[in-house]
Amino acid sequence: MSLRILAATTGRILRQLRHDRRTVAMLLVVPALLLTLLYYMFGDQPAPPGQPGVFDRIALVMLGVFPFVIMFLVTSIAMLRERTSGTLERLLTTPLGKLDLLFGYGLAFGLAAAVQAGVAAGVAYWLFDLSTAGNAGLVVLIAVVNAVLGVALGLFCSAFAQTEFQAVQFMPVVVIPQILLCGLFVARDQMAGWLQAISDALPLSYAVEALQQVGAYAEPTGTMWRDVAIVAAAVVVALVLAAATLRRRTG
Amino acid sequence: METAIEVRDLVVSRGKRQVLHGISCTVPRGSVTGLLGPSGSGKTTLLRAIVGVQVVAGGTVTVLGEPAGARGLRRRVGYLTQAPSVYPDLTVRENTRYFGRLYGLGRAEADRAIADVGLAGAADQLVGTLSGGQRSRASLACALVGRPEVVILDEPTVGQDPVLRAELWERFHAMAAEGTTLLVSSHVMDEAARCDRLLLIREGRLIADDTVSAVRGAAGTDDLEEAFLRLIRANESADPTEDGRTPAGSAEDRRTPAGSVDSAEDGLTPAAEGRTGR
Repeated sequence: MSLRILAATTGRILRQLRHDRRTVAMLLVVPALLLTLLYYMFGDQPAPPGQPGVFDRIALVMLGVFPFVIMFLVTSIAMLRERTSGTLERLLTTPLGKLDLLFGYGLAFGLAAAVQAGVAAGVAYWLFDLSTAGNAGLVVLIAVVNAVLGVALGLFCSAFAQTEFQAVQFMPVVVIPQILLCGLFVARDQMAGWLQAISDALPLSYAVEALQQVGAYAEPTGTMWRDVAIVAAAVVVALVLAAATLRRRTG
Repeated sequence: METAIEVRDLVVSRGKRQVLHGISCTVPRGSVTGLLGPSGSGKTTLLRAIVGVQVVAGGTVTVLGEPAGARGLRRRVGYLTQAPSVYPDLTVRENTRYFGRLYGLGRAEADRAIADVGLAGAADQLVGTLSGGQRSRASLACALVGRPEVVILDEPTVGQDPVLRAELWERFHAMAAEGTTLLVSSHVMDEAARCDRLLLIREGRLIADDTVSAVRGAAGTDDLEEAFLRLIRANESADPTEDGRTPAGSAEDRRTPAGSVDSAEDGLTPAAEGRTGR
């Protein structure tokens, strides 16, 4: 790895994003619009005594889920383009290392996700009075780690798609089971044992638990940091797997 | 002359099909070598093997004394793929600067590479909005920006305006004069005459590896298209089994007068007449 090449690659990916104004607008606006939808769906629903309001509970989790889903999609298409357009093959004939490319994507889309999560959190906290016991900054931090998880899984999954049609099909395969089992729809401790076991193996479950910890406690808890560390470890595993799919020599 | 690229008994298979059947050739340093052959003859596969991105089934490829694809060669070998591999959503300048930065080079080098391929006027245009010819020149600028010692160009002049094509060839020769080794593929025979040396390839076999004048001499004609045709015939008659393994020998081996080959091989004569009649 080389810092110069990593910086050049990150800059190149951000430049590509900047030329695509519509994508930038959608990255920033869509999560806020979805939060608006959630607010009008759940904003006036009564909460059971002693528990957070329904909107607070769902919006907090969604602040982490949106960047994960969106960055997974954006990255798997971007990386598929690198693979199919010949730019990947060419890059691998230059001094660029595989990790320069993968970390470049992680950094570039992680930065984009930070802006996205900042806007979404701003809308949730200021416009819709989202209340969490813990700090909003931690919510943004977890959202960004989640986004990078989406990037890493997208980089890996792009290896198994030959076309963009196939690439988008990995969304229901990789993302939706994680959303279903993350504890948002059914609390994890109320799931059947085997479902809980699957949930335990999915990184998004830990991200959601970390967000719920921020919602419930004023100070960052040990559980929250452990969960963030687990998600970060999942990112590293996904990146290593993605690196294994980058071949300098092909048939 | 010093050797830049040495290929020995190279065999490449794609799927179950063997596409290169034991190719051996050398490319001298500081020259422009043309790799000519019809579409599907294995040109791109041979170039990919030399760059080191092709899985090979047998034989060796040595570039600048190192095995093809070695880490140390990544700054010394430049590769232009046949389809332009640049980012359509970046400008020409942004593309070239990015590839330049991979080699630790700055803006001035990127701008020079853009000017060298005649794209200075379109430097700030998005590559996606360029014509096909301009796009492939943008890709060429990215291959040349690192000032590689060995430059592998897969059909760099397809779709270029004749004036630009002539300028690109002048540029290639200027680079060779400075010591750069260029291996340039083309399926257009009129480009063969612009090279110092020629590799003629057909159906995964090399049928000539010599200077342009030696190829002309061996075939007994100045028309390189006709020379190519005669060499194919000579090669086939020298080895009548369709699947023969005879690699391209030296030019002396093939110095059979091509005309006699035609008359000896009755079945081929009508095709030859059809060709010369054009």
